[in-house]
Amino acid sequence: MAVSDIIKDKPIINISGCPPIPVVITGVLAHYLTFGALPELDDLGRPKSFYGETIHDRCYRRPFYDQGKFAKTFDDEGARNGWCLFELGCKGPTTHNACATTKWNGGTSFPIESGHGCLGCSEPHFWDAGSFYSALSMPASPLKLGADAAVTDIAAGIAVSIANRVKKGAAKSAHEKATIADLEK
Amino acid sequence: MNADLFLTWVRSTGLSIATGIFVLGTLWRLFEIYSLGRKKDMAVPRHRTGASGLHTMLRRSVPPPGMFKRSPTSYVAGYVFHIGLFVIVFLFAQHIKLIQELTGLSWPNLPAQFIDATAVVTLAIMLLVLVERINKPVKRFLSTFKDYTAWTLTFLPVLTGLLATKHLLFSYTWMLALHILSAELLLIFIPFTKLIHVFTLWGSRWYNGDVNGKKGVPV
Repeated sequence: MAVSDIIKDKPIINISGCPPIPVVITGVLAHYLTFGALPELDDLGRPKSFYGETIHDRCYRRPFYDQGKFAKTFDDEGARNGWCLFELGCKGPTTHNACATTKWNGGTSFPIESGHGCLGCSEPHFWDAGSFYSALSMPASPLKLGADAAVTDIAAGIAVSIANRVKKGAAKSAHEKATIADLEK
Repeated sequence: MNADLFLTWVRSTGLSIATGIFVLGTLWRLFEIYSLGRKKDMAVPRHRTGASGLHTMLRRSVPPPGMFKRSPTSYVAGYVFHIGLFVIVFLFAQHIKLIQELTGLSWPNLPAQFIDATAVVTLAIMLLVLVERINKPVKRFLSTFKDYTAWTLTFLPVLTGLLATKHLLFSYTWMLALHILSAELLLIFIPFTKLIHVFTLWGSRWYNGDVNGKKGVPV
């Protein structure tokens, strides 16, 4: 449950993250103390100045994504060359946060810089939106060729068969036999 | 529903439903076409069919004499966008990753810039064939709602995919989810529209050639 579900009568700023970036917390406080007003927020109540762009937008490995160069495992040549971690499950493209800009621990680095994909901790429903290690283009959970799909198929199959039979029947009843006289007309 | 939940839904439940309908629907259609629709041929063949079927598979892949001049767009554009679709679907790294996850098969990918350019060309050519379909009286006369549906179902995944990878229109999360959803719609409709030709093309060409051979008109 979100704080905003309980507290309705006060403005709420979400500094999301697991944990949130310290400089973002202090940055928002400094903004309020300096300007006496709340910073501009996105639709999830996060300050746009820090959550306006995705990790992917600001990632130093982005050129490799654009070139289609991906690390396939955590210790292959691609990984050692610093290629994009998309295929290893990086959630940078769907995660809005400032990690790639402010970095962590006094500007030392951020997770992707130490060779691990972004987990997406500043987005809603973290961490139930699929596995940390399944790429965004991969299924979020194992496929189930569900019973609903089978039922739909059988229904569609029967409908198609009936339609075909009807068409065939109509063609049969509309069929006229030509006589030699007809052909000589 | 917010973007993350929508994306997770299309990557799990939606994908399961679409893949299920696609696989079972395609199997059903192929079974229906190859097993149920044929009456036993009692006639003695007029001609030894030989390679008539194989020849027809080849012959119908090139324009008949004179046709190229009359309708160059159909042939050039037809080939270009089909090859484009193949390149985009099977040689883009993210797609190969999905196929690998589902089937265990994988192969090398092409650079993303090449895929982007292919997608732009494919979209342009698909628009061209649509314009021609609408402008040329004969094509317009032959076109039904189903043709425009098939075109739309094919066009949307390419368009949304390009917009998603280029971070255009909506946020990447929304665009990616819309892209996956449009691809799922395409999967669902392939078995039940003329898009089934991805599976039946070569079989039906072979059958036509073979049956013509039996009737005494081998090629």
